[in-house]
Amino acid sequence: MSESSGTERQTATVDSDSIEDPLLEVDGLRKQFGGVVAVDGATFAVGEGSLTGLIGPNGAGKSTTFNCITGIHEPTGGRVTFDGQEITGLPPYTLANRGLVRTFQIARELSDMTVLENVMLAPDDQVGESAIRSVLPGLRDDVIADEEAVRDRAWETLDFFEIDHLAHENAGNLSGGQRKLLEMARVLMTDPEMVLLDEPLAGVNPTLEEKLLERIHELRREQGLTFLLVEHDMDVIMNNCEHIIVMHQGSVLAEGDAEAITSDERVLEAYLGGEV
Amino acid sequence: MSVAESVRDRLDALPDIGLVAGFMGAIWAIMLVLALSVGGAEWANLAAGFIGSVTVLIGGYAILALALNLQWGYTGLFNIGIAGFMAVGAYTTAILTAPTDPAAGAVAGLGLPLWVGLLGGMLAAAVIGGLAALPALRLKADYLAIVTVAFSEVIRLTVNWSGLAEFSLFGRTLGTGGATGISFESANDVAGSLVNGVGAPVAAAFQGVGVSAPNLANLTYGLMLMAVVGASYWVFARLTNSPFGRVLKAIREDETVTQSLGKDTRVFKIKTFMIGCALMGLAGVLFRGQAGYISPSQFRPTITFYVFAALIIGGSGSNTGSILGAATFSGLLFYLPARIGENVPLGTRAPSNIVEAVAALGSLDPFPLVAYTVGNVSTLRFVLIGVVLIYIIQNQPDGLLGHRNEPAASVDLDRSRADLGGESDE
Repeated sequence: MSESSGTERQTATVDSDSIEDPLLEVDGLRKQFGGVVAVDGATFAVGEGSLTGLIGPNGAGKSTTFNCITGIHEPTGGRVTFDGQEITGLPPYTLANRGLVRTFQIARELSDMTVLENVMLAPDDQVGESAIRSVLPGLRDDVIADEEAVRDRAWETLDFFEIDHLAHENAGNLSGGQRKLLEMARVLMTDPEMVLLDEPLAGVNPTLEEKLLERIHELRREQGLTFLLVEHDMDVIMNNCEHIIVMHQGSVLAEGDAEAITSDERVLEAYLGGEV
Repeated sequence: MSVAESVRDRLDALPDIGLVAGFMGAIWAIMLVLALSVGGAEWANLAAGFIGSVTVLIGGYAILALALNLQWGYTGLFNIGIAGFMAVGAYTTAILTAPTDPAAGAVAGLGLPLWVGLLGGMLAAAVIGGLAALPALRLKADYLAIVTVAFSEVIRLTVNWSGLAEFSLFGRTLGTGGATGISFESANDVAGSLVNGVGAPVAAAFQGVGVSAPNLANLTYGLMLMAVVGASYWVFARLTNSPFGRVLKAIREDETVTQSLGKDTRVFKIKTFMIGCALMGLAGVLFRGQAGYISPSQFRPTITFYVFAALIIGGSGSNTGSILGAATFSGLLFYLPARIGENVPLGTRAPSNIVEAVAALGSLDPFPLVAYTVGNVSTLRFVLIGVVLIYIIQNQPDGLLGHRNEPAASVDLDRSRADLGGESDE
């Protein structure tokens, strides 16, 4: 395990019902597709500034929960609160503008656009997103100034993730791991408060995995970002997340720190098969 | 390096304006050579006729291809109702500008000045485009295609309907003219008055070498259309090379991701659709209504597919490519073969049908087949267009310029100098 992640790990036990300063609260979330209940009354909270892990066997409803929180799906029932305001069923762009963004399980780069374009797309409310301002000569000056700032920030972000050498490459030409880095870079450009990472380490080699985790810890430390992480790699979750939520059959089975989770009988039975 | 690649590399090295100018120059040169070889003493007049017509055609298709490129090339909005939006623009302009005291048998209009008519036409096309898009944009791409093509036919059949041919509104008599069409003051008249007015000395010089006044007016009109193309290109290049254009490209690539990054994609899609339709409306009146007369049969869906062909040839996603595609399609594949067929003398040995032409091959005489092909080239050019499209889709799916990397941004994207540790960022 990397040193930085080791030092970052908070060992304080957090009780499931009393997360201090919850930034995201999910209460009785329910999502039904026809006769299939994918999420069945999931309730949990994510503390501000925390790195929380969400685990569960395949079909436990993790991705659907993500989709319901981020507005891709409209929940059938329940409440989602972000930063003290109810956000249930709001569209993805509204949530992103409020600081709640996500990455996708399979990296979804905009393949016919360059890496730099991908990253420069992300910032909210760019002046030049207005059609008239980007065309009319007098108004375009503001657009140019804004664009220069966005461009410089984009380069900094690419530097941070060490993909600056790929800036002018089409995103479709990137390797799987580079795409994951690009997704992270893109999401950061939106200036988020909280990032939902859907299996950011799937198909990523150990070196890159370390790099990504280091970046996540650095962003927490320096910018106070909150992360909710879905991941299948148990070691990653146990070693990096101070709070872990276990989902099973659409609802939350257990919550707590790594120690509490690994010693929880129900978790062992339902998910870990008693191996750990 | 293959020939295609070396040609492409050379094209890449040219600035876009040079590329378009070179392309147009080459097409004009071909027309001139054709006129010189078949025109005899009349060559100058014939050349002016060819060049004027080909320029009008290229101008019309270039405006349409630019508009479609914004909608389909950039945003991925599959609009196959181009003809309908052209009709909305053309008919609105016609009704606004047609004289209040028309000649016998013609329909009356509101008699407004031409510029009011043009603006009104663009506005109407934009509004109708927005209305057509509203329900469809919430659905998947295929549904937008179905809605737009149906919409364009509904529009054509509506203006064709005798019930609207002439009606009274607020005490004024108006109408679409139904199947007979409607006459109005055309933009071509502006070209005519330019030739007879300010441009009279130049016109006299042209007429000195035998160029007829109508041909000269047509040529002038072609150049005016080119100016409209230039202005549209300027607007669209700025529009697409901006954060706005960036969002459009992102919508084409993956709309869910774009929304997850905080962009309300519906607003962008509707805006784009309206802007594109406005330009299609303008093309409807300037191109189809050149002669100051429009009728429903000018707005059949075939023109929609021609514009798609032009854009595919040029490379969807590239504004410069749209213009080159329009020039290639309308100039080289559509106009040129027809003129060759009309003007190349075939002698008496040309067979009257394909069976005779092919049969002659049996006696090792290829001439009848060649003669037959040339003689029927205006029909066969559609086969040619089909072959070119198949070739492009298989071997060069990005068209002439679609492979280019044209990042959508308003500034130079290289790292600024300050960032590299230099003194300042200029």
